[in-house]
Amino acid sequence: MADLSIRNLQKGFDGHAIIQGIDLDVRDREFVVFVGPSGCGKSTLLRLIAGLEEVTSGTISLDGKDITDLAPAKRDLAMVFQTYALYPHMTVRKNLSFALDLARVDKATVKAKVDNAARILELERLLERKPKQLSGGQRQRVAIGRAIVRNPKIFLFDEPLSNLDAALRVQTRLELARLHKELKATMIYVTHDQVEAMTLADKVVVLNGGRVEQVGSPLDLYNHPANLFVAGFLGTPKMGFLRGTVGAVDGSSCEVQLEAGAKLTLPRQACGQKAGASVTLGVRPEHFNIVPAGEGQLQVVADVSERLGSDTYCHVRTANGEQLTIRVRGDFGPAYGQPLELAFDTAHCHLFDAAGVAIDKRSAAEQAA
Amino acid sequence: MLTLKQSRRLQSVVVGTLSWAVALLIFFPIFWMILTSFKTEMDAIATPPQLFFAPTLENYLHINERSDYFSFAWNSVLISFSATVLSMLIAVPAAYSMAFHESRHTKRTLLWMLSTKMLPPVGVLMPIYLLCKSMGLLDSRIALIVIYTLINLPIVVWMVYTYFKDIPVDILEAARLDGATTFQEIGRVLLPIARGGLASTMLLSLILCWNEAFWSLNLTSSAAAPLTALVASYSSPEGLFWAKLSAVSTLACAPILIFGWISQKQLVRGLSFGAVK
Ligand SMILES: Nc1ncnc2c1ncn2[C@@H]1O[C@H](COP(=O)(O)OP(=O)(O)OP(=O)(O)O)[C@@H](O)[C@H]1O
Ligand SMILES: [Mg+2]
Repeated sequence: MADLSIRNLQKGFDGHAIIQGIDLDVRDREFVVFVGPSGCGKSTLLRLIAGLEEVTSGTISLDGKDITDLAPAKRDLAMVFQTYALYPHMTVRKNLSFALDLARVDKATVKAKVDNAARILELERLLERKPKQLSGGQRQRVAIGRAIVRNPKIFLFDEPLSNLDAALRVQTRLELARLHKELKATMIYVTHDQVEAMTLADKVVVLNGGRVEQVGSPLDLYNHPANLFVAGFLGTPKMGFLRGTVGAVDGSSCEVQLEAGAKLTLPRQACGQKAGASVTLGVRPEHFNIVPAGEGQLQVVADVSERLGSDTYCHVRTANGEQLTIRVRGDFGPAYGQPLELAFDTAHCHLFDAAGVAIDKRSAAEQAA
Repeated sequence: MLTLKQSRRLQSVVVGTLSWAVALLIFFPIFWMILTSFKTEMDAIATPPQLFFAPTLENYLHINERSDYFSFAWNSVLISFSATVLSMLIAVPAAYSMAFHESRHTKRTLLWMLSTKMLPPVGVLMPIYLLCKSMGLLDSRIALIVIYTLINLPIVVWMVYTYFKDIPVDILEAARLDGATTFQEIGRVLLPIARGGLASTMLLSLILCWNEAFWSLNLTSSAAAPLTALVASYSSPEGLFWAKLSAVSTLACAPILIFGWISQKQLVRGLSFGAVK
């Protein structure tokens, strides 16, 4: 069992509030990912859970037991650091067995556990080497192995892949996902890479400025961002934002007059805004189409295009200077400065009120379900 | 014009020659001291100075007859090693807390410690002499051990602190999460990683203690007198005997020079072993 619950957690350094009241639950066997921009307090939150930083106020409890002021050694958590933090003077075997040796586990058990972890992570042939003689990827695996042998209640990872090259990162990401399933482990994982967040997580926690912006499954966050910050943070390329005002509203649709010139009718049951209220329309790059002149709703001018082969990301500018990114087939590449016409996939447009909070497009009944 | 390769070679020749010249310049007094110790007193004061002469051991024999070299050497060894071990025992916990549990006062404490080295020792000669006298510690090894420990402590703490600062705190935190107590964290992780730096700190402390003359001359006479006192005893009363003085100086330097020479290899290996990444 490993149920972690955090209540109104706060942390300040020298009077600066860094973590500003966080409530969070991590269920047994869940893979939870903390994402957020640099400096938002992800590592600090993880270190508070680990016990490496002292809590300013609030509580952390594990399986109903208050661990807020418990020493890190007593929490039964294992952490994998971004820098790996291997013990440079010990062989890989010693690195793996250090925690068990400290706990005075008998030799035969230690050997069995170390050999098992080495087998899972394919480290068998490296056991007698020192960390210095390993590649970055191998060191990473030793760091993970060091956590595995302890069979902790929760695995904590602080950007474990950020020092690996791109190919290795993809491979290790898959291995971590596999490990999570095989070990039936509870994991908390910090990253600023949203691909890692989307692919690994059961539950994503989006942090910003020391607060939780939104918690949910990856697709839930992607499809129903709670506010402008989450909408803009998740998804590459970023969601495009267009300012506008609400026009006519009825029970099944909602008109939006964009400052960029177009007038859209969104098929949504709830709009929540009166006519004339200013709103922001959010559209993901895949929810635009480039259409022949006269068939679309918005005129734009092509900026540079990024051609990836499979897709092309066209950056475009509207008449009033707003920037959008559009994702189209890889064989399409407009010239710089070329006028284009866009059609919106209106069913997938997001709407945010003046304060940046999302206006749910589902009806009240649907939301409850 | 020189090609790149030629100019590289020229550069290395020039740099090599210069470093040899500087090294010889620094080594020359020691070389001359050793040379003089094998001369007769007449040869030693001859003008122009003699590079070639009939070597003799009479100075060394004379010293052996007149004073008990090994008693002085034993005092030097005992005092230097004890003071070094003692200052390491104090410096390691101090540096650990300053390097890894920094507080608002850490930087100031470090500077303040160093500032105590700015006071000339003679400024506190009187109080310390009187203290030793009233505690019955004149001419005792204990007094010198305590004093050497304390006067070297700022430098030792600073050195250990800088070596500790180079060690990523992650590694210690990993040990903490692995269940290590503070003692285990220091003893099984920190010290082994920093051992190269600790060894060079200890060597420096040994050398400083070995060569210290001010306090040993003022606070000891015979029973606790180290080699520096022996050297001094050959300089003053009966006028200057250059050859004998050179011989006794050579004898005083020899042990620490040999020790440094031997530990040099260990040190270099220890230092590169300490590399963390
Ligand atoms: N020991 C500390 N003393 C003072 N301020 C700190 C300390 N540790 C972190 N901070 C501050 O807390 C804020 C959050 O830091 P944190 O390391 O948690 O960010 P992060 O979300 O992990 O960022 P990144 O993605 O860059 O790793 C930063 O503004 C940082 O300057
Ligand atoms: Mg971080």
